[in-house]
Parts: sequence; C-alpha cells; structure tokens
Amino acid sequence: MSTTLVLVQILNGLQLGILLFLIAAGLTLVFGVMGFINLAHGVQYMVGAYFAVAFYGLTGNFLAAMLLALASALVLGLLLEFLVFRHLYDRDHLDQVLATFGIILFLNQATTVIWGPAPLIIPQPEFLSGSIPLTDGLLYPVYRLAIIAAGLAVAALLWFIVTRTRLGMLVRAGATNPDMVSALGVDVRRLFMLVFGFGAMLAGFAGVLSAPIFSVEPGMGDNLLIVAFVVIIVGGIGSIRGSFIAALLIGLVDTLGRSLMTDILKLFMDASSANQIGPALASMLIYVLMAAILFFRPTGLFAVGRAT
Amino acid sequence: MRTFFSGIALSAMLAASAVMAAGQAGAEPVKVGMIVTLSGPPAALGKQSRDGFQLALDQLGGKLGGQETQFIVEDDELKPDVALSKAKSLVEREQVDVVVGTIFSNMLAAIFKPVVTSDTFLISPNAGPSTFAGKNCNPFFFSTSYQNNQNFELLGKYAEEKGFKNVFMMAPNYQAGKDSITGFKSNYTGQIADEIYTPLGHKDFSAEIAKISAAKPDALFTFMPGGMGVRFVKQFRAAGLADQMAFLSAFTVDETTLPAQKDDAIGFFGAGNWAPNLDTPGNAEFVAAFEEKYGYVPGTYAMQAYDTAMLLDAAIAKVGGDMSDKDALRAAIRAADFTSLRGGFKFNNNHYPVQDFYLLKVAKRDDGKFQTEIEQKVFEAQGDSFASECKMTW
Repeated sequence: MSTTLVLVQILNGLQLGILLFLIAAGLTLVFGVMGFINLAHGVQYMVGAYFAVAFYGLTGNFLAAMLLALASALVLGLLLEFLVFRHLYDRDHLDQVLATFGIILFLNQATTVIWGPAPLIIPQPEFLSGSIPLTDGLLYPVYRLAIIAAGLAVAALLWFIVTRTRLGMLVRAGATNPDMVSALGVDVRRLFMLVFGFGAMLAGFAGVLSAPIFSVEPGMGDNLLIVAFVVIIVGGIGSIRGSFIAALLIGLVDTLGRSLMTDILKLFMDASSANQIGPALASMLIYVLMAAILFFRPTGLFAVGRAT
Repeated sequence: MRTFFSGIALSAMLAASAVMAAGQAGAEPVKVGMIVTLSGPPAALGKQSRDGFQLALDQLGGKLGGQETQFIVEDDELKPDVALSKAKSLVEREQVDVVVGTIFSNMLAAIFKPVVTSDTFLISPNAGPSTFAGKNCNPFFFSTSYQNNQNFELLGKYAEEKGFKNVFMMAPNYQAGKDSITGFKSNYTGQIADEIYTPLGHKDFSAEIAKISAAKPDALFTFMPGGMGVRFVKQFRAAGLADQMAFLSAFTVDETTLPAQKDDAIGFFGAGNWAPNLDTPGNAEFVAAFEEKYGYVPGTYAMQAYDTAMLLDAAIAKVGGDMSDKDALRAAIRAADFTSLRGGFKFNNNHYPVQDFYLLKVAKRDDGKFQTEIEQKVFEAQGDSFASECKMTW
C-alpha cells in the first residue's frame, strides 16, 4: 500500500463525498426547513440521470444535455411539489414517508416502462475524457477530477447564497423558526417551493454527473438515499455546512474503509478470513461512524439551533 | 331469485365445459409454462429467454412435436416467494406438462421441489447451480444451459494456458461471487495479485480500480453480472487500464449488457457455450430471424431458450404427443435428437449438457451493434465436475 495509492483513494473518497453532498444538500434543506421527510429525493437523482440520457440522445452534446436535464429536473421537482408534497406538509411524518415511498415506486416503474429495465449509459464528454498519470503507472480519470471541481463550485455557490443573500437568510431563518418567518410576512409556501425545486435540481445534477460513470438504471437512487440520510444526520439536519463536511467524511471513510480494511486485517489474521471479514466490516463503517457521532453529539456535527 | 340465477350460471358453466371438452377430445394441447425474471434491472435476461422460446414456437407454427402448444409466461420478479407461487399455480391450476425456468439459481431452488415432486418436467434454460447437478440430480430436471462453474473454470484454464503469471481477481461478496473465484482457481496455478470482494450492486469501483492499477497484474478476472458489469467496464476503460492487462470475465460482457457498454467493452474477454457468430448449421439464420423480430442481438439466454423449445419439439414428436407417459417422454428428452444452435449437444448422466466451451471476445459489428464473438475453443465436449456425484444412470 504505497502513499500514491492512498492519495488516489483519498481522491476517490472526495469524489464520492461530492456526489453525496449534492444529494444531501437538497435533502437537508427540505428536511430542515420544511420538516418534511422526502424519501423520493433519491429518485430525483435517478430521474436527473435519465434526463441526461434522453437529452444526450437528442442533442449528442453533453453540456447541452446537462443544461436541459437540470431544467427538466427543476420542473419535475416543482411539479411534484405542486401536485403531491405541498399537500403533505401539515401531515405527520408517517404520511409523508408513505406518500414519498409511493413516488419512489411510481417513478422507478415509470422509468422502466419508458426506458426499459436494462442499464443505460452516456459517454463521457470528449474534453473531459482520458486520464492523467498521478505517478508512474497510476492513472486518474480527468472526469472524476471534474466532478470534484464541479461539486466544490456548487458548494461555494450554496455557501454564498445561504450566507450572503436575502434568500439564504430566509432559508436559514426558516430552518430555525418557520412560524416566525411566516408571521413576519414572508410567503413560506413559496419559499418552500423554491427550496424544494432547488433541492431536486441539485439531486438531478448529481444524477447527470454520475450518468457517464455509473450505469443509469431503475432504482439507482435507492441505495444512495440511505447514505444521504446518514450524511444529513451526521452533519446536523438543516445545515448545508454540516452536510458538506459530513458528505466528505462519509465518502472518505467508506472509500478508505473498502480499500484498506482487508489489508489492515491481513496484518493480524490469515488472508482468507481477512477476505471474509474485511468487506463486511468495510460496508458497516459509515453506520458505525454515524452511531459514534450521534452518541457524542445527538444533533449531529453542526446542529441548527431550532426554536421549539 | 338467487337460486334461479345460480342455476343459469351453473348450466352455462356446464355447457361451456362440455364445449371445451369436445374441443380437446381430438388432441390435448401441450402446455408449457415458463418462469423467468421479467422485472427489475435483470429483466433483460428473462426477456431474452422468453423471446428465444417464442421465436422457436413461431417458427414451428405454434406447435411442439406437431401438437398445438399453449405457452404461458410468468415473471418471478426475482423473489423466491413469487417464483414459488407462480410455479405452484402452473403445476396445480394450469396443469402444465413442462415448466421452463429459471434465469437465476436462487429462483430455481425455490421452484424445484414443487415442480419435480408433482412429476412435471422442469427444464432450466439458464440457471445451472451445482445443487442439482450432483447428489440431488433429479429424473424430472434437465438443464439446457451449463453448470455455473464451467464458465469460470474455462477462464482459469485459459489463463493457465496463456501463461499469465499474476492475476487480479474481483467478485461481488455473495455465494456466486465466491464460487466464481473458486472455479477460476481450480484450473489456474499462477500467482494471485489480490482477491477482492465488493458489495453486491456496487456502484463506484474507483477504489478497486486504484488497487488493480497499483498491483499491475497480467490479467484481471472478474464476475460482475448486470448493472455492476456495465459500471465496472465503463470505469475500468475510463481509468485507462484496458490497454495494460487482459480483461477476463464471465457474465460481465454479454449481449444483455453490451448495448450499454458499447465501445468500452471492445476486446474484453467473456466465456460461454455459444456466441452469435458461432459457425454451426442454422445459427446465422437464428440470429437474423431473432434480430428481425425483436430488434436486438440475441445472447446465450435467447439461444438456450430456443434450444429448449427445439429439444421439446423433438421429444414430443418422438412420443407422438403423448405427454402422459412420463418415462417415454424422459427417454425422448434424454435422446436430445435436435440440432442445437451450439452444434454438438448431449445430456450427461445428471441431465446437464455435455458441450464445447469458448473464450469469447467483444466486437463491434459492421452495423454498429455489439456482440461477443468466438475467440477460441477451450473445452471440447465438456461435462461438469459434479456429474460423478449423481446416482442417476440411463
């Protein structure tokens, strides 16, 4: 296990963390600001990827497909909010879970009907294809570096919006005390709708970015949703900063755990037991981490002080 | 009033059944039930099976062995309980003569018992677990595919013959994944660079690819079925490793995944008992007819289902359409008097095929579609390694 290999794995971890952040950012806002549990957030990631595939088929250009997919993801998010979610804000969490779970089933099946069950894929954009040698013989794909860069850019943009603009101020206020914000004459419904659409678009963006490296298939968002929930819980619900730090942390822990755990175990047990236990232990790591953090900080790393 | 209506209903039913009985009096139709996976991401595999069988049936004019045939297709949804209830309904309610299924080994395990204990023939067009090849072989069970380990064994043999010195192995962390590595190792004696297990349904292989890249092996052996294979091939190619080592795989690059993998899989090796370009009588015609009808390239799943229909056709003709004499029908199936698309085909004593196996290579055809092509024959008339444990003799 050389240092360059560890470096590559750190880059891989960052890249996974960035994708998680894009999904978790919307989820934490929706959960934090509206107190709304949206299980369908993972499907919005999937739908973003499918939109990218569809528009890539039409335009043949990755950037054009990305812009169209983002716009469509935003529209779909707003549409879902208008048709379904808006009617659930005042219901209890169980109703929200049931309804949004229904959306998962519906959209997963709808994509199967429209695009078929087989995995689809779009090629990486020409200008980002290829890989650069980090050291002798160790290559790293340019596209993955581009994902990291794009994610950092989005994080910076979000930071700017949330801390430096009026809209961001309302969002922060809404996360702390929605009733007071409403009493001060802010149209909270419209604020919610905006936050929701934006969150859906971010998830869609993650979907678009991952379309060229992961396969696009029905149900692709379901596993990521669980990890995204881990991220927002570790980061503190409602906190963008928390979800950014937590996403990178989870991405790094998961990736490094998967790549190093078996080798570490091999130091003090025989190879076949290490091969048995290593992968199992590695896939548990992020949940162990979550449990540990919740033990010491029950509201997450960067809890939003919520008025009760 | 109620008795009046139920009286009418009853007499209508009686009349209807009398008509049906009269219709069947001449020749009872042969009933074949198929249970394959038609939903979820692996649906592409079940679709190939269904279409392959249907194509054969259409070419035979809707008849098997000259008998009118009713073909019932059921989806197991890749859930053992669903597969079980569908199998029971086929056997008990529909009273089918033959059940054709399944795609996945765990589905076969679910339906095996209720089907064979009702003395109904069960023919697997794909799943080939070791479970039913050895001690538990059964007079009512046949496989027209292969025994699961064989594809892995042939890759190990090829790696050994080719003189690879250092092979990196990767498989998903579940039973079939571990079997694949064991199968490969049974014929490969060289050094193993590393052996890693990923979660089932793994998405991002970047950590694994970094390890492969650092280990600098001669060849990579992997078993990544379905969407995992699509993602892995894509990421492996993007990382620039495709030019540095041989890519040996089973169930990872085939006609169900190639439409998504496209150029990224070109030159990668697979393993199998057949490929669309195999030069055998009738194969080119089969591939052309299949593509004409369904618009996609048939894979080994379609071929095996097509062969299953042709096998049944020959067997039913041999017994003159009499499905009630099970022993005669079994003898007729064992004879396997049909022309398999893969050339030589006969049943081993455990009812699994004895056939040739090939190293396959992914290629792009002139029409822009992708398929696997025969690279070289690795095993000649090979039976599986469990047949000796099967007590059945005939």
